[in-house]
Amino acid sequence: MILVTVGMQLAFDRLIAAMDALAPDLEGEVIAQTGKGTYEPAHMSARPAIPPAQFEQMVLGSRLIVSHAGIGSVLTAQRFAKPIVLMPRRAELGEHRNDHQLATARKLAGRSGIMVAMDESELADAIHEGLSVRDVTAAPSPSAQNLHRSLAQFIETGRL
Amino acid sequence: MKENRKVLAVASGGGHWEQLMLLRPTLEGYDVRFATTDAALGEQRGIAEVDVLPDCNKDRPVAAALCALVAMRLVLKHRPGTIVSTGAAPGLLCIVAGRLTGARTLWIDSVANGEELSMCGKLSRRLAHACLTQWEHLAADPRVHYRGSVL
Repeated sequence: MILVTVGMQLAFDRLIAAMDALAPDLEGEVIAQTGKGTYEPAHMSARPAIPPAQFEQMVLGSRLIVSHAGIGSVLTAQRFAKPIVLMPRRAELGEHRNDHQLATARKLAGRSGIMVAMDESELADAIHEGLSVRDVTAAPSPSAQNLHRSLAQFIETGRL
Repeated sequence: MKENRKVLAVASGGGHWEQLMLLRPTLEGYDVRFATTDAALGEQRGIAEVDVLPDCNKDRPVAAALCALVAMRLVLKHRPGTIVSTGAAPGLLCIVAGRLTGARTLWIDSVANGEELSMCGKLSRRLAHACLTQWEHLAADPRVHYRGSVL
């Protein structure tokens, strides 16, 4: 199963519509959490909201997550070691108040298990790449290693 | 005097707790106690003795006052040498309580705050000994530092 999620706060119909168009060609079920959107998918089962515990179960049972570039989704995918495709919301399209999701997508592109589609034209390729990921490595990134080191140093010396 | 390596690590439920749990392997190299806003979160991660603080924010002054009292009690109970929080308000209140008992205090602003520091993060610049952002461009402020991120 492929799980699509756009968070609870805002609509992101551009992603939902693009996934709906791709769904017939994808193997297995596609389930979408559509948030505040109004687009009604024809080729995937959709609901506006999924309670957290149920959502975790669905993540656990999924092959791939396709999501807006929200940190919550990234943390969840990382926790369950699932590959995730991120497509950033764009402020100029009224999808968010600013372009911070673009920054998130750029920062995380290339990380283990994270595929980025900058817009819907890149979505199909990113999904196929995501579906071929065999192993999301749990090894911390250099950036995470730095933070861990600084935390340990602060505890031991009081300096960062 | 023997160095106090006891650590109190605090985070509210949700993304704050997720990020604290990502730091857990390092924290567990020390004598760490975890505190959060929902006991179930501790059980979920197999942490037997998680301390619970009432959730609060700046719009609920009564809840915030109650949370401050619980934070003070928690700090007096554990007497940690270091207090670390990944947010939000209950964590900041533990940091403030820690200042009163002489603990070293570290604020790690959530990685979700990539545009500006959270409200509590901004307060932590004056209240905590050190304030970390997880976004390099937010460390232009001399009171805010960047040392990587949980991601």
